[in-house]
Amino acid sequence: MSQKITSYPGHEITSDDLKEGKYLDIYYKFVPRYSWAAGVAISRFLDELKNGRIVARKCNRCERILVPPRMYCEQCYRPTDEWIQIKDTGTVNTFSISHVGTDARRLKTPILVAVIDIDGASPGMGILHNLGEVEPSKIWIGMKVQAVWKQPSERQGAITDIRYFKPLEL
Amino acid sequence: MKRRVAVVGAGITLFRRRMLESPKELSFEASKMALDSAGLTLKDIQSVVSGSAPDAFDGVHMKGEYYLDGMGAIGKPHERVYVGGGTGVFTPIGGWWNVASGMYDTCLCVAEEKMSPLHPHPQYAFWSIFDQILERPLGTTLLWIFSLEMRRYMHKYGIKEEEIAEVAVKNKGNAIDHPSAQLGAKITVSDVMNSEPICSPVKRLDVSPPSDGAAAVVLVSEKVAKKLTDEPVWLDGVGWTLDTTHWTNRDLAYPEYVEKAAKMAYRMAGIKNPRKEIDVAEPYDPFDYKELHHLEGLQLAGKGEAPKMTVDGVTQRDGDLPVCPSGGLLGVGNPIAAAGMMKICELFWQLRGEAGKRQVKKDARTGVAQAWGDLMQVGTVAVMRS
Repeated sequence: MSQKITSYPGHEITSDDLKEGKYLDIYYKFVPRYSWAAGVAISRFLDELKNGRIVARKCNRCERILVPPRMYCEQCYRPTDEWIQIKDTGTVNTFSISHVGTDARRLKTPILVAVIDIDGASPGMGILHNLGEVEPSKIWIGMKVQAVWKQPSERQGAITDIRYFKPLEL
Repeated sequence: MKRRVAVVGAGITLFRRRMLESPKELSFEASKMALDSAGLTLKDIQSVVSGSAPDAFDGVHMKGEYYLDGMGAIGKPHERVYVGGGTGVFTPIGGWWNVASGMYDTCLCVAEEKMSPLHPHPQYAFWSIFDQILERPLGTTLLWIFSLEMRRYMHKYGIKEEEIAEVAVKNKGNAIDHPSAQLGAKITVSDVMNSEPICSPVKRLDVSPPSDGAAAVVLVSEKVAKKLTDEPVWLDGVGWTLDTTHWTNRDLAYPEYVEKAAKMAYRMAGIKNPRKEIDVAEPYDPFDYKELHHLEGLQLAGKGEAPKMTVDGVTQRDGDLPVCPSGGLLGVGNPIAAAGMMKICELFWQLRGEAGKRQVKKDARTGVAQAWGDLMQVGTVAVMRS
């Protein structure tokens, strides 16, 4: 019926309409607070970050080494079997230079972000993290990187205990 | 035993950055147009399925309960379905369950979205889809996953940004002929390349806009369809699957969950060779590379081959496989759930030969629409036939 329809319903509000206050709108701010349990697997993972280590869980059936760790293997659908310490080095799987922040506002300094496949985990097991000590134009897929940790006294048991990953010094 | 399901009416509002109409009013306008075009009234409708994406856009919790009177759902069996950006195609899939199962003979399917209420930008709502312990502290924005995925796709198959930009040029150009369109425009590849970088490699013109809008279709059983019209469009195949939220553990170059959903829909519709049997496609295109990604997941192009098809003009309206003749999300706009439903409406009009200036050149008998969403993890697919 598309071609038989002559008028499409709806009224646009333009940015000029907004400036002129032509239509009524109501402002409201909602400020909730949450306290999340990190879960069995991630609590241990965060604890180990505090010690400067990255740990994974292994499923003895499919033999995958999973990071972020989980207490069950979602493919075999059974409990995972053991904790394994993996390395704090890895490979850039993909990356982006982000000029916008969480609320889509423009940033003065871009954030460098990457999916990093961690050494010692199964192939393709990546985590999201930031990159640092590198020129944006010098980042490439396949680049080896290593974690830059906060000082032990500053660590809180959080993903940000790793400040960022930097190019691996060989 | 499942029954055959027909689409007999479609309706759509304007898509704009900000609309005066409330979610209820937008829903009413799209639904009324769909009912009118089917020659039905609300009295004829037995059940309603609605779709709308995050409540966080509106700041109205349980939005499905709030807007339902605008969707004609008072006192009727009503369900809201929600799989993020995949919702628009999932909504008629929900309607299909209602009718194919034999529960109802008539079902109104409505998708509505207002993204404009949230400040400072609708993107803000997506912050909270990331893992709250491991990802949000890093300063996430939804654009990250697109830029990371686009870069991996380009790397794996050696694709250039210029080739991907051809999709934005095509879709914004097609949208000039869509009366609801927000961003129809004649642009060039260099306009895209020179647009402001947002999250490289994603640039301003690679991205669809935030929008308000609604769209609707009426689904009926075969028995009712034959009484209403000589030219029903059949909803002959539906499919949907999800992957986990462990998206950093996934092959970012290929949407396997779309492949699984497509194969489910094709099997149901008896389609053995999609590239030969599909005449027109409306894959989900919130970003230009996503159209390419999804054409590959839909088995309409080999892995890494969709860019060449685009550059060669195969996916133009007069090409061998017209893709997003509507103008897509990049051109018509992206009121999340309504944008997926817009694709169902477009196939309805294309398969009936009623798309006017947007009508594809070939004799289109079979079409596929697809949407995608959540944390890069869902594919929803519908196959339609005239």
